[in-house]
Amino acid sequence: MARKNECIAMLLAGGQGSRLGILTHKIAKPAVPFGGKYRIIDFPLSNCVNSGIYTVGVLTQYQPLELNDYVGNGEPWDLDRSDGGVHILSPYQQIKGTDWYKGTANAIYQNIHFIDKYDPEYVVVLSGDHIYKMDYADMLAYHKAQEAACTIAMREVEWKEASRFGLMLVNEDGTISEFEEKPENPRSNKASMGIYIFTWSKLREYLIADEADPNSSNDFGHNVIPAMHEAGEKMVAYQFDGYWRDVGTIESLWEANMDILSPTSGINLNDPHWKIYARTPNAAPQYLADTAEIKNSMVTEGCSIEGTADFSVLFPNATLEEGANVKYSIIMPGAVIKKGADVQYAIVAENAVIGENAKVGAGPDVTDPDDWGVAVIGENITIGKGAVVPANVMVNETVEEGTTYESK
Amino acid sequence: MRANNVLGIIHSQAFDSSIQELTSVRTMASVPFGCRYRFIDFPLSNMVNAGITEVGIITKENYQSLMDHIGSGKPWDLARKREGLYILPPYNTSAQAAVGIRNRVDALYSNMDFLRHSRHEYVVITDSNAVYNFDFQDLFDFHSKQEADITVAYKHGKLPNLENMQILTMDGDKRVTEVAIDIAEEKEVDYAFNIYVMRKSLLEYLVKTAVAHNTTSFAKDIIQANVDNLKIVGYEIPGFAEMIDSVRTYYNVSMELLKPENRKALLASKNPIVTKVSDNVPALYGQDCVMDNSLVADGCSIDGTVENSLLFRGVVVEKGAVVKNSILMQGTVISANAKVDSIITDKNVTITANRNLSGDPSYPIYFTKNIVV
Repeated sequence: MARKNECIAMLLAGGQGSRLGILTHKIAKPAVPFGGKYRIIDFPLSNCVNSGIYTVGVLTQYQPLELNDYVGNGEPWDLDRSDGGVHILSPYQQIKGTDWYKGTANAIYQNIHFIDKYDPEYVVVLSGDHIYKMDYADMLAYHKAQEAACTIAMREVEWKEASRFGLMLVNEDGTISEFEEKPENPRSNKASMGIYIFTWSKLREYLIADEADPNSSNDFGHNVIPAMHEAGEKMVAYQFDGYWRDVGTIESLWEANMDILSPTSGINLNDPHWKIYARTPNAAPQYLADTAEIKNSMVTEGCSIEGTADFSVLFPNATLEEGANVKYSIIMPGAVIKKGADVQYAIVAENAVIGENAKVGAGPDVTDPDDWGVAVIGENITIGKGAVVPANVMVNETVEEGTTYESK
Repeated sequence: MRANNVLGIIHSQAFDSSIQELTSVRTMASVPFGCRYRFIDFPLSNMVNAGITEVGIITKENYQSLMDHIGSGKPWDLARKREGLYILPPYNTSAQAAVGIRNRVDALYSNMDFLRHSRHEYVVITDSNAVYNFDFQDLFDFHSKQEADITVAYKHGKLPNLENMQILTMDGDKRVTEVAIDIAEEKEVDYAFNIYVMRKSLLEYLVKTAVAHNTTSFAKDIIQANVDNLKIVGYEIPGFAEMIDSVRTYYNVSMELLKPENRKALLASKNPIVTKVSDNVPALYGQDCVMDNSLVADGCSIDGTVENSLLFRGVVVEKGAVVKNSILMQGTVISANAKVDSIITDKNVTITANRNLSGDPSYPIYFTKNIVV
């Protein structure tokens, strides 16, 4: 029997993240590289340990290989522990058959025995697609003070964007009076951040009831939370004003990367009191040649820079050859930008190669604003010499020398 | 013989006094080098890359920073239940208690139990005042093929200015026929790089015999004295290998890393030099930064001009500051509009705004740990 834990965390990391397109063809969304040396999952995991939560279950299902590898024994986050620590929880066979995780609530339901082992009072439910730094201990203190069954982290979003979110109508005492899921005419701008704290004994009850309901889609947002609300459980909203971004789309992933280059965006990764931990590859120091010109950029060990970089994020072992020009772009681990290539407003995935004098992406100023978007080059893809890849496309095949890519 | 039958022994303290400035707060093995490494990373990584699974690090004094760096040995995959990494603190037998550990022979003798308990048949012994990256398995294969008693790794070049350096004379089969010690020699020679391979039982015998005769020098009483009795052969170290014998050499060898071919040979080869990981953020280059031929570690924040320099983790170069030909260790801050040229700053040195400090590449100025200039 494990020692009793007051609070443990369950991290939902099984989603495909289909809106990230080719970036998540082979890896689960939480394993997508972010911010020069991190992966998205580093943020919730680091938040957990920085908040004093040392037992974390990571629920995986979609393309788990790289994610499992990355989380490993949890050592980078100090989660390699004898008591607690990080546990990868995949769907498994049982006597009555085998079920994939049918929904977020079902994923937790299938691991009730894991949670019970630690006999916690509270369970934090997190998702693996948000960039933010948050002290869950503060949220837990609020949950306890309110004597709530469920506390939902909430932030005020701009009214014009509100209809994209799950919204909450909140009373003055912090209790939630009503939920609205992506309404056309929002009556509130208080959006759920997808971070929940439950009193475990309550959640356990509702998970079992939800599983018994054949009409349920076994989802937290659609089923379990409305059920708790209807039954009159105390649901409260916990307001969070710090930096928070959902990076579920190419555009938001790109924007969040650009945010870390801006001192005023509100996300500071260089905070000794709230470090974001990551599994760091071993690489030589970064080299900046006499031909390098670099500004407003973040560069990681193993990079070799002979070209120009401006407002860009370079991951370990990325190479910019002489005359290569990279602007407003994200160059993921091991990618190579050859001589004279021009890469703008683009995400170049791991180990992709941009050939000499190729052009990838374009700025919003040179494209029709309606057609504009970030160009994405997939993992291990080669863009031939002098080839052209326009803005707003995802390339997942070789682009031959001298040709212009047209999306199909 | 396979590397998994070889025990690694690293002397962490030898020649501490040759770079006194850098070793006043630490032992030789934990002297920072190459933006993110410590000297110990070189022998340790070479051993592990070849497949060695058990390493003892002999310490003498001042080894707190070394322990901090090595930890459980995890970065080198040496945190193991079976074998792995052992830090061997000073342990004096009663006979030595009065004098302490004076030399390599004493150091080995006081760790005789560790040697005896190892299951390995062979040992490789190194110092930690040199940087190199070559395949130790080739060295072991050479030792076997030559049917040697002792193999001494050597380098052809100018003799480092250190005590007890051995100049080797070898015949056509690389057998060492003569060992000359502490000869002032200006021309290039073949000198022992203080990396030795032999049977563990032979080492135990030689050390015990040396102690029994109250002789104390590994170079003189173990190597030189046995040139005729034992088959001692020389193995020329391939690739980039440099021994550090002074702060000036430390500076020059560091600067050599700015050449891509050296960096590739030493740091970016297929056999990586592994070091303790840090949780620094990537380096951040600001609006006004100008970079020219420099090496930078993660965690730096640069808004000034940096030329021909090596920046360790977490160095800050503020706006208007100019850094040339310098080595700035972890946490150094060069404040706004300060100008520095040919300096070495130890950890957490702060150069205040508008200062103008310069040494000369042939005589870099060294700033000691934690000071504010």
